[in-house]
Amino acid sequence: MSAHEDAHHPVPRTLADKVRAATGLNPARCYQCGKCSAGCPMAAETTLRPHDVMRLVNQDRPDRLMDDESIWLCLGCETCAARCPNECEPARVTDAVREIVAAARPDAAPRAIRAFHAAFLDQIRKHGRLGEMGLIMGYKLRSGHLFADAAAAPGMMSRGKLAFVADKVEDVEDVRRIFAGCAAHGEEG
Amino acid sequence: MKVAYFPGCSMHGTSREYGESLHAVAEPLGVELDEVRDWNCCGASSAHASSRMLAVALPARSLALAEAQGHEQLLAPCAACYNRLAGARHEIAEDAELAGHVKRILARPFENRVAVLNAVEVLRDLGETIKAKATSPLKGLKVACYYGCLLVRPAAVTRFDDPEDPSSMEAVVKACGAEPVAWRMRLECCGGGFSLSRKPSVVRLGRAILEDARKAGADAIAVACPMCHSNLDFRQKAMARDGEDKPPMPIVFITQVVGLALGIAPEKLGMQRHFVSTKRVTSRGNGEATAPAAEVG
Repeated sequence: MSAHEDAHHPVPRTLADKVRAATGLNPARCYQCGKCSAGCPMAAETTLRPHDVMRLVNQDRPDRLMDDESIWLCLGCETCAARCPNECEPARVTDAVREIVAAARPDAAPRAIRAFHAAFLDQIRKHGRLGEMGLIMGYKLRSGHLFADAAAAPGMMSRGKLAFVADKVEDVEDVRRIFAGCAAHGEEG
Repeated sequence: MKVAYFPGCSMHGTSREYGESLHAVAEPLGVELDEVRDWNCCGASSAHASSRMLAVALPARSLALAEAQGHEQLLAPCAACYNRLAGARHEIAEDAELAGHVKRILARPFENRVAVLNAVEVLRDLGETIKAKATSPLKGLKVACYYGCLLVRPAAVTRFDDPEDPSSMEAVVKACGAEPVAWRMRLECCGGGFSLSRKPSVVRLGRAILEDARKAGADAIAVACPMCHSNLDFRQKAMARDGEDKPPMPIVFITQVVGLALGIAPEKLGMQRHFVSTKRVTSRGNGEATAPAAEVG
C-alpha cells in the first residue's frame, strides 16, 4: 500500500475506477443500449460515440480514447444524460476522461480546441472575466488560424459587440488564487 | 422582486442587446437587478473541459459574493452562466467532500445558500404581469422557442421545467400575444463553444435548426443564450446552402420579444445590433397589421 492508500480511499487503478473517484459515477451501470449515441449531436462527426466511450472506459482502454479526437468533440449538451435509462451521464464521464487523458498527455486534444480553451482560461486568469477580443486574438495565435473570420471584425464593432478593453475583476488576485488552489488540488488528488 | 444580477461576460460584448433588453423590461415588470459586486467569469465550457474543481470553484466565488450581498436568489440571463452557476451550486450541495475543497480554495465565507434563476423562468413566472402590461401584443407573430441545451439540462440541475418537453418559453411568448410554433429542434444543441474552433460543426447543427424553424412557419427564433444567438445570427450567412435563396430568419432574445410587447422602442432593446435583420419582428409591435409569414425580412 502506498502512502496515499487506505482502506476507505484505495488508489484507483482502472480507468473506470478513476472516473468513479473523480465523479462518483459508476460507468459499469452502462448496458450499451445506445440511446446516448442516437441523440448525440456530434455522433455524425465522431468515430467513438458516447456508448463507445462508456464501453472503452469499462474495458479500461485509455489508449483507444487517447488516440482519437472523439472525446474532445463532446459539446457537453447533456442530451445523452437526459436520455440514459440508467443514469450513466456519459457527458460527465467524458469530462472526467478528458481530465485523466490530458494529465497523461497534455497535447491529446485537437489543436484548435486546445487553443480555444487555453485562450479562454488565459483571459480569466488575466482579467477575471472574458475579454472577447483577447479570446479571439489568443485563439488565433495558439491555433495558427490567423485570418479566420477577420472579415467579421468590422461588422462586430459597428454593432458595438467587440470591446477593445477587457472588463476586469477588481480583485483579480483572488481569481488567480482560485486557479492556483485548483491546480494544487489536482496535484494532490 | 429583488435579485442578485450576474451579467456574465457576453452581456458586455457580443450579446450586449441581451443585457440592454433585460434591463429595459426589468423595470416595468418590477424586477430590481442588483449586480453582484466584482463577479467573475463562470469558466463556461473551457473550465468544464479542463478541471472539475475549477469549473465549480470559479462560479462558487460569484455565488459567495451574492450571498455576502444578502441575496437568496441570483438571476443569470446567459444560459451558459446559468448552467455553470446552478451546476456548481448543485454539485457542492450533493458532495460534502467537494464542498470542503471549494470552501478552502475560495477562502471566504460561503454557505451555498443562493438559488440560481434563468431569465426564462423569471419571465414565465411574470406571465400575468406581462399580459397586463402588453400595450403592443405581438398578434400573428409566429415564434419558434429555442431552448438549446444549457437551459434545461442536466435535469437534476435545472429543474424549472421538463427537460424533454419544456413549455416555459412558449408561455412567455403567449403572454406577449405571439404564437409559439410546434417544431422538433428546440432542444438540440447549436454547437455552443465550437463557434471559433470548429465552425463546420456549428454550421451543420445551426442549419438543421434554421430549416426546421422555417418548415414550422416561424417568423423568428427566440433564444435565451448568447452562444445560441451568436451561432444562429452571426453564423447564419454561412449556413445558407449554395444558391439557396430563403428569407433570413431573425434570431431574437426572449427579453426582446417581451420588450416589444411592452411597447418598448426596438433601439432600446438593441434590435439594431443583430446581423440578421429583425424587421419581420419589430414590424409586428405597435399594433401594426400582421404581414404574411412568408414575407421577406
